[in-house]
Amino acid sequence: MPTAKIYLKDQQLICEGEWTLATLPALEKLFAQITLPTKSDIKIDGTSITKMDSAGAWLLCKWIDKFSENTLKIQRENFSNQTEMLIDLVKKSRVKNGEIPPLSTPNWLARLGKTAFDQWQQFCNYLHFIGELTIEFLRILGNPLRIRWNAFFSGVDKTGYQALPIIGLLSFMIGVVLAYQMGVQLRNYGANVFIVDLLGLSVLREFGPLITAIMVAGRTGSSFTAELGIMKVNREIDALDTMGVTPAELLLLPKIAGLFLALPLLTIWADIFGVLGGMFMANNMLDISWYEFLHRFKNQVPLRALIIGLGKAPVFALIIASIGCFQGMAVRDTADSIGVNTTKSVVLAIFFIIVADAAFSIIFSKLHL
Amino acid sequence: MTTQAIIQITHLKTYLGDAWVHNEINLTVERGEIFVIIGGSGAGKTVLLNEMISLLPPTSGSIRIFEHELTKASPKTLLDIQRRWGVLFQQNALFSSLTVLENVSFPLKEHTPLDADTIRELALLKIVLAGLQPTVANKYPAELSGGMQKRAALARAIVLDPELMFLDEPTAGLDPNKVLAFDELIMDLQTTMGLTIVMVTHDIDSLKRVADRVAFLGEGKVLCVDTPEKVMQNPHPLIQEFFKGSRDS
Repeated sequence: MPTAKIYLKDQQLICEGEWTLATLPALEKLFAQITLPTKSDIKIDGTSITKMDSAGAWLLCKWIDKFSENTLKIQRENFSNQTEMLIDLVKKSRVKNGEIPPLSTPNWLARLGKTAFDQWQQFCNYLHFIGELTIEFLRILGNPLRIRWNAFFSGVDKTGYQALPIIGLLSFMIGVVLAYQMGVQLRNYGANVFIVDLLGLSVLREFGPLITAIMVAGRTGSSFTAELGIMKVNREIDALDTMGVTPAELLLLPKIAGLFLALPLLTIWADIFGVLGGMFMANNMLDISWYEFLHRFKNQVPLRALIIGLGKAPVFALIIASIGCFQGMAVRDTADSIGVNTTKSVVLAIFFIIVADAAFSIIFSKLHL
Repeated sequence: MTTQAIIQITHLKTYLGDAWVHNEINLTVERGEIFVIIGGSGAGKTVLLNEMISLLPPTSGSIRIFEHELTKASPKTLLDIQRRWGVLFQQNALFSSLTVLENVSFPLKEHTPLDADTIRELALLKIVLAGLQPTVANKYPAELSGGMQKRAALARAIVLDPELMFLDEPTAGLDPNKVLAFDELIMDLQTTMGLTIVMVTHDIDSLKRVADRVAFLGEGKVLCVDTPEKVMQNPHPLIQEFFKGSRDS
């Protein structure tokens, strides 16, 4: 461990040892203990300094300045050439703490106002984004050769096909849980067989589409945002723009269209596994045979339930894909911005999925569907 | 200034992506010099630099830095070595979510027991030494121009007062008069802070200005190590081809 010292001896300050970053805290303490005589001038001697780096030089300058405030003259003596050069350089470049303005934090009212304004602006930007996408969509419709089938089908594959196992498993388990909870109540009244109606309606109308959409928002919405965000940071998006290919045509619309097709398909898949899960539980807990279950399912659960459930899926797909893409394109060139926007994309997508679902419920009840 | 080896590379071989990048590299960098590594594209300059800063293990051979064998160093020894060097990356690698001042203070906060005021003042000192106005301290890297980002990254690299500095293409992407200023800055720092500098570059003008010794990489080997003038006179076809462009212009 290197050591360094400074002490007062015969009107001279003697410096010794390695004046480096490592010995800085120790030196700071030693300096604080020194009380200089008030009248005479002081010499500071650097003969036995073995090594000095800029941190050491900075400390020396700082304390020489401090001592000089008491109108003392301080003379440097016997410092090596290199050290003198370093001290001069540091002296020239020192910045006192007060010289740069501190970062100002506005008060709560200003912050509230700024947040509100930012949110409003973001909403306007979102509308702008949707408008732009619509125009691009119409332009491409008029020119079908520009449709990117590759990107579209790879989107369907990534967001749909590859999600099949996880969606299937989760829906099966949701079916099991629902059948169990409802079965416990129904058994009290000896109304075991009504599990079929309850389960069929709730899975097909609500749980199938909703659970699938929430899963996909977490899985696909986040990946849209992260992918586009990295492309934005690497300026790949700018590169596309300069080559006369709009990002909407190559990246955004195929993604959105892909999810628009994939989410209803996934919802059917989720419906099947949800009902299967419920059927499995009904068979185990309520002694309803497979045949009995399917027979009653066919008679009691109307086709309308399936269609209403499936009808929501495209709307959810548009919500997820447009928010995911919008947040991705809104990434600024800092690393944490990708994280923030990915979080926002998932949270906002799930929020609006649930809002849309509530709106659907109200509309359908008014229409007596 | 005593001459002693600060980096010693012997029999270094690297196999990367189905090809031998380095066949047999032997190099010695001495204390206090500016050592420049050049070579054509794909000669493995940046790979060699990455091996020296222990981001990439070599396939075989030995790299000794400050008398420690880098390839076999324990994490603790490695940390000690890392505190004695500074690295300036080609893309600056400033933390984009921190201000310049926070970027420069970061190594001090991590590695020293100093109090906040001292850290702040030391960091500001390094920002000014790197040739920036203290007023940029509270800006984010994205708000600075390319040249200023380079200087901010340099300030971060020298904040722990390293003995050894690695610079990867420090002047790439800067306009010519900025290159001149940056070269002068590096030479100033080198003399006053007693740095040893290892630098990878493409810029022949800057090479002539700053280098004490130059190593030319090619064919997986070090083709030549000498002063810039002597390397330029070397008759090897690869070396002649490399310098031809600059002489024509």
